[in-house]
Amino acid sequence: MFRFILIRLAQSIFVMFVVSLIAFSLFRFVGDPVAQMVGQETSIQDQERLRERLGLNDPVPVQFVRFLRDLGTGNFGFSYRTRQPIGEMFLDRMPATLELSFVSLLISLAFGIPAGIYTALKRGRFSSSAMLILTLIGVSVPTFVIGIFLIYIFGVQLTVLPTFGRGETIAIGWWKTNFLTVEGLRALVLPALTLGIYQLALTMRLVRSEMLEVLRTDYIKFAVARGLNYRSIYFHHALKNSMMPVITIVGLQLGGIIAFSIVTESVFQWPGMGLLFLESIQFVDIPVMSSYLVIIAFLFVIINLIVDLLYFVIDPRIGSATDSQI
Amino acid sequence: MPVLEIKNLDVKFSTRFGDHEAVKNFSCSLDAGQIHGLVGESGAGKSTIGSAILGILPENAQITSGSIQLNGREISKLDNRAYHRLRGGEISMILQDPQTSLNPLLTIENHLVETILQHQNLSEEQALEQAIGYLQQVGIPEPEQRIKQYPHQFSGGMRQRVVIALAICSRPSLIIADEPTTALDVAIQKQILSLIRNLAREQEVAVLLITHDMGVIAEITNTISILHNGHNVEDGETPDVLGRPQKNYTRNLISAVPRIDRRLDRFSGLLEEPVNGSAAEISHTQTKEVARTWLLENRSASAGAKPQSLEISDLSVVFSSRPSLFEKKLEFQALNRVNLTVRAGETLGLVGESGSGKSTVAKTIVGIHQAKSGNMTFKSRNVDILRKRKRDDPTRRSVQMIFQDPYSSLNNRWKIYDIIAEPLRFYNLLDGGTPEDKIVSAMIELVGLTTESLYKYPHQFSGGQRQRIAIARALVARPEFLICDEPTSALDVTVQAIILNLIKDIQDQFNLSILFISHDLPVIRQMADDIAVMKAGEIVEYGPSEPFFTQPQHAYSQGLLADIPSLDLLGPPGGIAEDRP
Repeated sequence: MFRFILIRLAQSIFVMFVVSLIAFSLFRFVGDPVAQMVGQETSIQDQERLRERLGLNDPVPVQFVRFLRDLGTGNFGFSYRTRQPIGEMFLDRMPATLELSFVSLLISLAFGIPAGIYTALKRGRFSSSAMLILTLIGVSVPTFVIGIFLIYIFGVQLTVLPTFGRGETIAIGWWKTNFLTVEGLRALVLPALTLGIYQLALTMRLVRSEMLEVLRTDYIKFAVARGLNYRSIYFHHALKNSMMPVITIVGLQLGGIIAFSIVTESVFQWPGMGLLFLESIQFVDIPVMSSYLVIIAFLFVIINLIVDLLYFVIDPRIGSATDSQI
Repeated sequence: MPVLEIKNLDVKFSTRFGDHEAVKNFSCSLDAGQIHGLVGESGAGKSTIGSAILGILPENAQITSGSIQLNGREISKLDNRAYHRLRGGEISMILQDPQTSLNPLLTIENHLVETILQHQNLSEEQALEQAIGYLQQVGIPEPEQRIKQYPHQFSGGMRQRVVIALAICSRPSLIIADEPTTALDVAIQKQILSLIRNLAREQEVAVLLITHDMGVIAEITNTISILHNGHNVEDGETPDVLGRPQKNYTRNLISAVPRIDRRLDRFSGLLEEPVNGSAAEISHTQTKEVARTWLLENRSASAGAKPQSLEISDLSVVFSSRPSLFEKKLEFQALNRVNLTVRAGETLGLVGESGSGKSTVAKTIVGIHQAKSGNMTFKSRNVDILRKRKRDDPTRRSVQMIFQDPYSSLNNRWKIYDIIAEPLRFYNLLDGGTPEDKIVSAMIELVGLTTESLYKYPHQFSGGQRQRIAIARALVARPEFLICDEPTSALDVTVQAIILNLIKDIQDQFNLSILFISHDLPVIRQMADDIAVMKAGEIVEYGPSEPFFTQPQHAYSQGLLADIPSLDLLGPPGGIAEDRP
């Protein structure tokens, strides 16, 4: 088990190294950094001096090592646009994105798993078919259409929920949270729903097909024959077995939600990392873009590491393949 | 009062092709402590009866008439809720495959304690204590420690013991055992059968044993019903039915059972499969001639002393795998210095339990695996078995294989014609001589199917017919050596007898050498001239077949032979039908 974690860690570090290399090349070779930084009237000599001072004349590997060292110490450099340190900008925006992603994941699991179980157990009923058709819509309609649709109904027609921004937040240290005020929670509803509906539909369909698969197995048949009560058969025996692939997918989903909250954040003007990224693209703010790349990759790697470890907790067969059979 | 009494049971399946009566007018009765066998071939309806008693028939099946009484109470009309209260408490079940009948994510303790608590009002500690007692009773050593383990930490036989503990821990009065030993090796089968017999006697449990295996039936049942197409053909005390069968179907079934105690040249007294005649009576002499010339021309005549066809010496195969890039290479010695010789026109039987390396020998001979060391000569020519075999190597064609499972060895999307013709095209065997379709037709008739079969797809054939097709496909490549890897273990016993007869006929006609692999000693006895017993990658006994069966030398072989269920109850094989007109 310990060895497995070490191996996974080594793999994660390798992935981060490759991503850093891409981010570095983006930063160093897409456009000339100096030309981006200075105005048109800066003299050539001044530009050269700046280039020398920033170390842009050093050999490329030296620059890359310096880039890695800076990343390691959390120094992401400065934004071309706002002249602020990028690390601070992201720290400022990260709580918004993480809270939004967390709530939409919660929505997708809290509704997707029970709905998946229901449709598997009540196969062929009208209610199950209706739910399946609804999720088909959830999967096929693009996120921004759902967002605009929700804004139209709840914001414009019913005027019950705010349609943009984070509303009121309370700061705990540097972390500004939505969870502690009514306004903040109300502001979360629409964007979280928008972001969660697609995941919900996916989770439900996955849980349903896994459940159906497991319900056909011999050990479920044997559990029925032993007269165990149906609640235990369905929710203890069957559900636990159908959760394995669901965990994998949910892990990937969470990464996806964080990374692709860009669209939702822009529809709802949600001040998260995604919106920051969009603004940076408009201004060709390359340091921010490459930092975003590194941060998102880091989150993905961490989530996958956690998912791998969860397997150990759930499935006793993993990690004991060499156990002697008697 | 009998524990179980079934009267005139009818079960009907509704499918989109219409209704199908799986069980027709079936009756039987079973007392406490007795074991009743339901015997029949696939599709006979035996598992359907088991499901009907447990109330777990598939959704599209229903009991249309008849009654099932458990301890004097009519149960076939109960709703599912009331039925579920019977399960475990009064009826329990043992399934075929112990690998899949336990939940992989729960410990044995979870399984047992949950089941005990479901049926008895006990504290968790008391339940655990009982659970350990049951494990002890079914013969699991160190139950206090092993109960904490997960199913994957148990071997197949031990898992089946756990399954039995689970079935008895709720103290049912009836246990339905559906092929409880079919997935196990013969030595373990014997242990499990005697465990079931002892439990039935000591716990006063009635056991309904569903199986296709006559040996199992003869070994432990008190009474039996013989089923065929949902009908109860014959029933009664086991020794009476097996020893003095009254009906043709039963006689046929009994003569098809391979006997460990004698060798027959052919299985006789068989009812042929309804569709076709056997290979021995091919009507068209002309096509027979085509088949003969195709298979026999260009073959060096092998008159006089029987030359060696295939010889392997000092064969060692090592499998190595690297679980991941960062881990150490794992090595597994699959074969260790194996020596075998197959003489031309003779059959070498290779026996062993699962995992003993039988199939590895076959795969190394045909070149799927490469050996680590050793030599192979085929028809006095050295074959390099250490490296990948070249595509044009002559052994690739002249050694052909017949696989175990005819359901997965034929491509379902091809017509039979193309399946049989493929080797002709693949090996470039046609050079302007006989046209392709003539050879293909000759081959299909040689194995006893009609030429109309050529334009059908594999799913339109039964298991036995598919195995005939597989034989035709092997023969069309003009082999001199056939490897039959468990060719009949997926087939019913009467079909097995027919296919074994066919293989013998073809061997006699075309002087083929055969390596016949099986875990089934009675089958091997009917087929083999020489026999080799494998255990853990090594040959433990090797020699002529007949002395082996009467006086096995090695302790392991003696054990293997002793574990085979006795068939003494059965009447003499073959010829019964003629005796009683």
